Amino acid sequence: MASNASSQVVRTGAGSRFVIYTLLAIFCLYYLLPLYVMVVNSLKPLSEIQAGGMMSLPSEWTIAPWASAWSTAQIGVAATGLKPYFLNSILMVVPAVAISTVLGALNGYVLTKWRFRGDTIVFGLLLFGCFIPFQMVLIPMARMLGLMGLAGTVPGLVFVHLVYGIGFSTLYFRNYYQQFPTELVRAAMIDGAGFFTIFRRIMLPSSGPIAVVCIIWQFTNIWNDFLFGASFSDFDSQPMTVALNNLVQSSTGVKEYNVHFAGAIMAALPTLLVYVVAGRYFVRGLMAGSVKG
Amino acid sequence: MSSNVTSRRADDWLRDALPKIVLSPSLAIVLVFVYGFILFTFYLSFTDSRILPSYGLVGWENYWKLFSLRAWGIAIDNVLIFGSLYIIICCALGLALAILLDQKIRAEGFIRTVYLYPMALSFIVTGTAWKWFLDPGIGLQAVVQSWGWESFTFEWIKDREMAIYTIVIAAVWQTSGFVMAMFLAGLRGIDNEVLKAAQIDGASNWALYRRIVIPQLRPAFMSAFVVLAHMAIKSYDLVIALTGGGPGTATELPATFMYSYTFTRNQMGIGAASATIMLMSIAAIMVPYIWSELREKK
Repeated sequence: MASNASSQVVRTGAGSRFVIYTLLAIFCLYYLLPLYVMVVNSLKPLSEIQAGGMMSLPSEWTIAPWASAWSTAQIGVAATGLKPYFLNSILMVVPAVAISTVLGALNGYVLTKWRFRGDTIVFGLLLFGCFIPFQMVLIPMARMLGLMGLAGTVPGLVFVHLVYGIGFSTLYFRNYYQQFPTELVRAAMIDGAGFFTIFRRIMLPSSGPIAVVCIIWQFTNIWNDFLFGASFSDFDSQPMTVALNNLVQSSTGVKEYNVHFAGAIMAALPTLLVYVVAGRYFVRGLMAGSVKG
Repeated sequence: MSSNVTSRRADDWLRDALPKIVLSPSLAIVLVFVYGFILFTFYLSFTDSRILPSYGLVGWENYWKLFSLRAWGIAIDNVLIFGSLYIIICCALGLALAILLDQKIRAEGFIRTVYLYPMALSFIVTGTAWKWFLDPGIGLQAVVQSWGWESFTFEWIKDREMAIYTIVIAAVWQTSGFVMAMFLAGLRGIDNEVLKAAQIDGASNWALYRRIVIPQLRPAFMSAFVVLAHMAIKSYDLVIALTGGGPGTATELPATFMYSYTFTRNQMGIGAASATIMLMSIAAIMVPYIWSELREKK
């Protein structure tokens, strides 16, 4: 990426370089500001925030807000903290990501290496499903989950995320496998290798990067989802985002801003961690999800 | 002998059918849970459904009611204000940052990481952070006042007229880095030879960008527009976390309207009608886009 900067042509003088660096630094501050606010205020007593000290470092450092957000804060009707909901989110995310990724890989393989009449239409149908406003499926999905006996449960949420995650995972693998030399697959077919053998021996070993992209994308999306969580969960099956919102919006008692900030960081931490560790793949996923190349 | 032939035929059949068999569960799921459900909700929008689905047809009545409701009018106005500002500011900021970052910047990787991290966060987290930062009692206003500028006021989030702009602020913060990344990828794809030739002809840097670089970013603009427009129409979580649709109904958007009419006000028919309108507006943007993307690929 960096090797081809148009700056090889566009030359800038020392003065304008100073301006450029200053602007870039100001925007770094702008993007980091809310993170700074969340972190410092999660580590100070409530009284310091109420006294107008939101921007300053804590004068008395404390991890009490974190302890409270994790295990004792009032969420809805129960004073359980966010811990059980964090667990719900993990129980929801892991199977949903795993299954939708496997299905996406198989679909992408079929749609590129075993093409058939109308396969582009099938892909188009899958793809459009990624972009519909989910308001359009909330009512029938609520009924369907009821019929399936999954209403208000974590498995129900897994199912919903699985269903609406297939489109994107198929998109990733299809676009990736399209670049993969079809000759190799042909040669294996002539040698008598079957559908699954080719997938396992030839496609899978080179699918590492796109699998990472797909897993990160699905993980981020499903972890961060709010609409399905709010629509299809009960008190004891809420995911983290819904619980965080309940914590922040609860109108009873004193507003414990420091606890809210600690909770917000907890909800952000898993996806942030993934982003910091594998940012490159995260960006690739974002780009592939928008510029369907 | 003949049984051998049939079994080979069966093998061949399986061989041909296997890929389709593998694909079929996904296709079936999408046909039922996406398209079947869309048809169901579309049908409900013509029925007298209230707290539960009901199948008495009432024609266009829900749509007439919907467009006569003040709350829906507010939601439409808001999504237009929010959507256009969101798209314009994200594109302008994204393009500016991409051009700045494309000047052989030291620590480019680090800066990119900082600009893009909000994209990894949930809108609920973003909403929570900005909700308290913009809160006049403890946030920006209180801080600036405590620094000595006591007449400073910034109460947009509590102001019916201005609250919608706080949603623009938070949404731009979350997404503009992503738009920057899209433009940066576009910039890196531009052929340097053309730029060199223009420069030899005496074009200034400004002219270089305005005449040659930016016009070549058209595909990036298209993608950014489509992504941002569809995010704007679907916006839900951020409003819920930041303002809860308030003060009053000042920041109602179509998505929050749909949810409250369907699930808390028990007007499912009207809720279904509003969801249908949302789908139509997204389809108007996405269908031509997906169509052209898939055709180009052929």
